[in-house]
Amino acid sequence: MSTGRIYIYKRYERFWHWSQAALIIVMMITGFEIHGSYDLMGFGKAVNIHTIAAWTLLVLWAFTIFWQFTTGEWRQYMPSMKNVLAMVHYYTIGIFTNSPHPFHKTARHKHNPLQRLAYLALLAFISPLIWVSGLLYLFYGNWGQLGLAQYLSLESVALAHTIGAFMITAFFFIHVYLTTTGHTVFAHIKAMITGWEESDQA
Amino acid sequence: MTTRSRRLFGACLLAAGLLLQAPAIAVTAPPAQPAKYQSSVTTDHSQLEALKGPFATGPDVTRACLSCHNKAGHQVMKSIHWTWETVSPTTGKKLGKKFAANNFCGSPISNEPRCTSCHAGYGWEDKNFDFTNQENVDCLACHDTTGTYTKIATDAGHPLYEPREIPKGSGNIVQPPDLANIAQHVGKPGRQNCGACHFNGGGGDAVKHGDLDSSLIKPSRELDVHMAVDGANMSCADCHTFNAHQPSGSRYAANPKDTHGLDLPDDDHNRATCESCHGVAPHKEARINNHANKLACQTCHIPEFARGGLGTKMLWDWSTAGKRGPDGKPLFIRDDHGHLIYSAEKGDFEYGENVRPVYKWYNGVVRQIAITDKIDDTKVLELNAIEGSAKDPNARIWPFKVMHGKQPYDKVNKTLVVNHVYGKDDTAFWGNYDYVKSIKAGMDYAELPYSGEFGFIETRMNWFITHMVAPKEKAVHCHECHTRSTDGRLSEITDIYIPGRDHNKWIDMLGGLLIAGSIGAGLLHGLIRIVTHRRRPEQ
Repeated sequence: MSTGRIYIYKRYERFWHWSQAALIIVMMITGFEIHGSYDLMGFGKAVNIHTIAAWTLLVLWAFTIFWQFTTGEWRQYMPSMKNVLAMVHYYTIGIFTNSPHPFHKTARHKHNPLQRLAYLALLAFISPLIWVSGLLYLFYGNWGQLGLAQYLSLESVALAHTIGAFMITAFFFIHVYLTTTGHTVFAHIKAMITGWEESDQA
Repeated sequence: MTTRSRRLFGACLLAAGLLLQAPAIAVTAPPAQPAKYQSSVTTDHSQLEALKGPFATGPDVTRACLSCHNKAGHQVMKSIHWTWETVSPTTGKKLGKKFAANNFCGSPISNEPRCTSCHAGYGWEDKNFDFTNQENVDCLACHDTTGTYTKIATDAGHPLYEPREIPKGSGNIVQPPDLANIAQHVGKPGRQNCGACHFNGGGGDAVKHGDLDSSLIKPSRELDVHMAVDGANMSCADCHTFNAHQPSGSRYAANPKDTHGLDLPDDDHNRATCESCHGVAPHKEARINNHANKLACQTCHIPEFARGGLGTKMLWDWSTAGKRGPDGKPLFIRDDHGHLIYSAEKGDFEYGENVRPVYKWYNGVVRQIAITDKIDDTKVLELNAIEGSAKDPNARIWPFKVMHGKQPYDKVNKTLVVNHVYGKDDTAFWGNYDYVKSIKAGMDYAELPYSGEFGFIETRMNWFITHMVAPKEKAVHCHECHTRSTDGRLSEITDIYIPGRDHNKWIDMLGGLLIAGSIGAGLLHGLIRIVTHRRRPEQ
């Protein structure tokens, strides 16, 4: 069996991914403290860190959206129903019977069809929910000036934000687990660090 | 070393030396402070012919004052300090000490000589007092700067004019104040002037307000950041500004939300709100400023009241008054701190120090009960209900001392009563200990209907907590309200969503299940992978 390496994740992409990961982890920890789920650093500190992390992520996103479009990488998120069933079959049966992975990563197709769907759902549904509710939450004091006060209540915005938080946290755990499904347990994580995907089927 | 590098080295050394010296310079030569404003009065009262004295009585001094300040008497006579009457600007109800019910001493009516020791006048001995005579105005109570002028507790607002043994039989002879000397040293009212009455409301130091007591005469910065010498070193009237002898600030209709902000020279010269000096957005963080839309400044900046080492009364139960000890004498019991916890004259007391306030929405309307109002005796009677709710745009959450009381009322007519406590007659409660006679005497004197049947009703009274502002580092912390703890400061304010306190139990349950499910699914999937891969070793 020959092994080969392909360069999949470019330097900016890796920087974006890991800084985003760190920021989301920080926001999950501080967010659930703000929610009152536990007492770690105190409410006030948690709010400040959560806010700084949110603004940092927004800046990171601004750069990343620019990057996605200038490099054409945005196409990686275009959904395709092709081979979705094969992926479902792989995760539910094939992976246990040592069947080969039905999808072969290339620099042009980094995400398997299920991944594409999952990321699109994240981008199209969970992210807007979190960002819109989060920004409204952040600018609660300005609702009057923005003419929003009559349409919104702090409670509904907070609850929408909480729903988004639960969703992204669930996503996080599934995402982390699925990184272990490469040809070795740490293969995917290694690729995301070095940029090089080692493949046993090259 | 080349010449150039040596020069560079020398320059670095010099710079380092300067840097090291910088702190020492700062210590030895502090930056010049801007000179503090000094009031420059244009009159030396000790030089005035009219104030040479001697003065036999308070009204004699007043006449001398009025000989120059010819509008002052009539200004004072319009003020609540003189009339003890006011009309609530928000409810239109006639209030003031004569009408508003309280759960401390009761009513000044029929008890005048004792209560009016805090009247800004002389000689209010009974209901026939002449409120139109400007010579009865007491200028010195507010304008004495010597600290020697004292209105004697029982003489209807007069100071002593002759030496007197106080208390009777103690051998302690109290000398009368030197009225001429005091008159020659008048000035702006200081803390002691205001405090002589306002620190002693309810019959003694610290009794009534909770945030006003004699510890404010020389407070630490921690106790009162505004009044401490090492704080702003302000006096009462710096905020409670006077306009033509009318004080600003009122507990019958405190301004719930000052949206005007800074009190500038062309404004109304009413500085009895925090915003008058601090503006409407005093914090660096916008998020904290936003809190002021729903929270009074005091709510965060006065974490506790009665912080000056003096206990304030939290409960006063009149129903137990009148007990006598085994020796047949009226009973008085003190606790370990020397606080009177039972008095035959007044009943049972409880005190509090460093008390966390009770928080309520307040929109500017206080529903103050008057002694003539019909009351509902089937429940605890709130003597001054505070109005407001989260929905009310004018309302903010304010801190209060809630005084618990139990006091006499007319069971048939359903009104509170005037209890005649003070006097040398055979009906006054303090001396005869007989409610049957004292209430009857009080009601007859006040010319109010009385059935003769009295009971005791439990009452509550709300006192705005607005003094004893702590330094900013001692302000209430975020987590004291933003907490799920049932002991959170705002746990009784349930009509707003407070992040960190409130949540939707369904969302939390489903969300928790979602997270647990995703972790569980990963674990289960991974476990099956491990098991199946073991069974099927890689070729």
